[in-house]
Amino acid sequence: MSALLNISNLNVSIKLPHGTLSAVRDTTITLQKGRSLGIVGESGSGKSMTALSLMRLLPRSGDFTADAIEFDGTNLLSLDDRRFAETISGPGIGMIFQEPMTSLNPVYTIGRQMTEAAVWRGMMSAPAARTKAIALLDRVGIPDPEGRMSQYPHQMSGGQRQRVMIAMTLMLDPKLLIADEPTTALDVTVQAQILDLLDDLRRERDMGMILISHDLAVVAQRTDAVAVMYGGEMIEQGPAEAVLRLPAHPYTQSLLNAIPQISGAPGRLGAIPGLVPSIMQATNTCIFAPRCAHAHAACTAQRPPSRAQGGGHMCRCVLDTPPTIVTSVTPLRASAPQPDTEPVLSARDVTRVYTSRRGMFGPKRDIRALDDVSLDLRKGETLALIGESGSGKSTLARILLGLDHPTSGAVFMGGRPVAEVAVKDRAHFVQPVFQDPYSSLNPRRRLAEIIARPLELSGHGSAAENDALVRSTLELVRLPLRLLHAYPSQLSGGQRQRVAIARALVTKPQVLVCDEPTSALDVSIQAQILNLLDDLKAEMGLTCLFITHDMAVVHQIADRVVVMLKGQVVEEGAARQVLRQPNNDYTRRLVAAAPRFEAKTEEMEIVQ
Amino acid sequence: MLKYIALKGLLAILVAFTASLAAFLLLNVASDPAQAIAGEDATPDVVETIRIRYGLDRPVYERYLSWLAGVATGDFGESYYWHKPVAELVADRADETLTLALSALFVTILIAVPLGALAGLNPNSWIDRAALGVAVSAQAIPNFWLGLIMIILFAVMIPIFPVSGDNTWYHFVLPAIVLGASSVPAVMRLTRTGLIEVMGADYIRTARAKGFRGNALLRRHALRNAILPVISVLAVQLGQKFGGSVITESIFAINGLGRLALESILGADIPTVQMLIFVFAIVFVAMNLLADILNAALDPRIRIG
Repeated sequence: MSALLNISNLNVSIKLPHGTLSAVRDTTITLQKGRSLGIVGESGSGKSMTALSLMRLLPRSGDFTADAIEFDGTNLLSLDDRRFAETISGPGIGMIFQEPMTSLNPVYTIGRQMTEAAVWRGMMSAPAARTKAIALLDRVGIPDPEGRMSQYPHQMSGGQRQRVMIAMTLMLDPKLLIADEPTTALDVTVQAQILDLLDDLRRERDMGMILISHDLAVVAQRTDAVAVMYGGEMIEQGPAEAVLRLPAHPYTQSLLNAIPQISGAPGRLGAIPGLVPSIMQATNTCIFAPRCAHAHAACTAQRPPSRAQGGGHMCRCVLDTPPTIVTSVTPLRASAPQPDTEPVLSARDVTRVYTSRRGMFGPKRDIRALDDVSLDLRKGETLALIGESGSGKSTLARILLGLDHPTSGAVFMGGRPVAEVAVKDRAHFVQPVFQDPYSSLNPRRRLAEIIARPLELSGHGSAAENDALVRSTLELVRLPLRLLHAYPSQLSGGQRQRVAIARALVTKPQVLVCDEPTSALDVSIQAQILNLLDDLKAEMGLTCLFITHDMAVVHQIADRVVVMLKGQVVEEGAARQVLRQPNNDYTRRLVAAAPRFEAKTEEMEIVQ
Repeated sequence: MLKYIALKGLLAILVAFTASLAAFLLLNVASDPAQAIAGEDATPDVVETIRIRYGLDRPVYERYLSWLAGVATGDFGESYYWHKPVAELVADRADETLTLALSALFVTILIAVPLGALAGLNPNSWIDRAALGVAVSAQAIPNFWLGLIMIILFAVMIPIFPVSGDNTWYHFVLPAIVLGASSVPAVMRLTRTGLIEVMGADYIRTARAKGFRGNALLRRHALRNAILPVISVLAVQLGQKFGGSVITESIFAINGLGRLALESILGADIPTVQMLIFVFAIVFVAMNLLADILNAALDPRIRIG
């Protein structure tokens, strides 16, 4: 077997207004012909920058150096930009991006975008390119490929667009395919299909593939080798089995420990304290040391060398042997609520119809977002509401919050119809936590103001009382009091989501409605939030409606599950029961599609 | 697509009539037209005679409806001053204004689009800053002042172009530059931001990954997307050229609609003013309609919902 790609000591720097960010440092990658490599890391780890520098697609302010970059026998460093674009971009290395909704040009047909590169390069005639494009669209699973050729990107779903992207990249028969988070923006069932498709195509065409993902489960299933990146460095690299089953670096271990599992008894997640660093200057210490449970003097004395662990397994850590692992897992703190406690929030036969017109004179169209939905949220339980995008989850959440009104049916808060509950009292009854803590907090207000806002609006209590409440809530969500006067922009994503939760909890509501509260966060941060919700449930008996599309999160946190499809409830039951033996076809597909990494959870606890 | 155009067209006509109603009310209610025609020193008797002679003693709504009925048959009334049908008068003068407006728009495009493109492709470079300087100056300089300076510079001190008149295309060079300059900032900025936005778009990255670069990248993937907002603003600017012709035509003594409008307003020639406002409104609305249609033709997201 010969090497397809050989990158040695890649360094990427990005010029920022306040200095130069060292986005990737001394990264070495080797990929054999026809094999696949997964690059895993949290946001800011440098995984995308590595790929972009290989493709010479870095932003204007970015620059890279390397000792050597060899691709298929060519020294890429010796090629100027023109030669690189002519010979490598496309026919050498093809790339698929994260956002299928925006990665295709909206004003040109699928057919034109598919065929243009091949024809423009003189690789084939227009009719030949068209024939090939139709065949490829058929191969990637687009129905009616011939008809699709004359359609525009906005006429397709996200999953279909990603298929088109894949087919388009394959038009030039690349020897290496880089997929940068190809399924992050897609629904779970679609995600599995796209990943399987990529894997099949790789085998069929004997292509090399680099799969970049923040999701270890995704990578574990589909690649031969795995590289783990952290803070711009490749801290561990080796065969997928070895890295994921016997991780050598404490960071990899912590990361695996932070992922909720879909099987076994749910336990506390191993949240990693602190933040992923942005390195502005060269360091000569271990970059993970500040967050590492095993850090000692040697870690900050010098930069750990990259050391072989045997079998092509490399690790950048000073520890000779991996930290010991024992077989115990901390159970969740909260216990399941008593069955058949009284419902605190209920929806009865709720239907919501949206009427829209196309333009000013278009015909009216009715969209049934919710169709006869009934649901009870019982005191002290966490109810997971799952379903794909467009299934009506968020509409139901808005109606339960009293932010929207059902077309027919009724909502009851504490047994009373919602119409009888004054708006101010609703705020003391139910509060929302939204998905994106980067946009749901007012950037111009300090945390103290943000958290106190619901109290001010409901006009209860004196300033001193409110202040005391804000402080105690801040403690409840494990945020230090010194942050009271900070602005949201000074916080990390996890801290912001804690602020959002504190804001929701300050009125001491009976129910929290969380709409995808962790899907915008990195796994280590998600672990912190999920643990926090467990704490709150144990300490104050929080009742929570948790909207998510992630089955492992459901397993981690939910007592009961309601599955929605096209505005209807298709299955309801105890979480264990539904995940283990789904009754409905759709639920079965959802559960089957969830990426799973069967790590031996029991072994993952790390001894200090 | 045809239905889309038909609906937009219907809407455009409604807007034009609304504008004409507003103009009619302003002319007839805000001031006393009979008094204006008679002049300030006229005795009440004379004013009354004029009022009856021109039918101004009838209620406003009746006059508007009869004006509307006239418009429907192409009869816009007779000019009080020229004693000719207004439609004929406007038709005689339309050529000059159309020439001026189109050549001014041509000047705008010629300066603003390349400058905006260069600036957009090299953001924060010296060329970007220079382009910004041009835009700010063009924005700050009043039209009439620029007109006078141009006459002094290029007609008096260095006599390349004629001072005034409208006999040959040569006469239109300076007025076109003066009128065109006022639209340069808006069009240039939009071209610049449009290109910056498009060049940072995900689909441009996709095209780069397929091996497109330089001119091919620009031509095949950036231009059409970046030009969409520019087309809308150009259409609005062309409408404004007709409005702007009032000042420019007066400075350069061009016998067009703008000058006619000024004379009619000064002479209280209400039927002429009324028709000119209607025509300008139609032009404005028609230009917007054209922009909508062009945008729909270029952007499938509008064409196929």
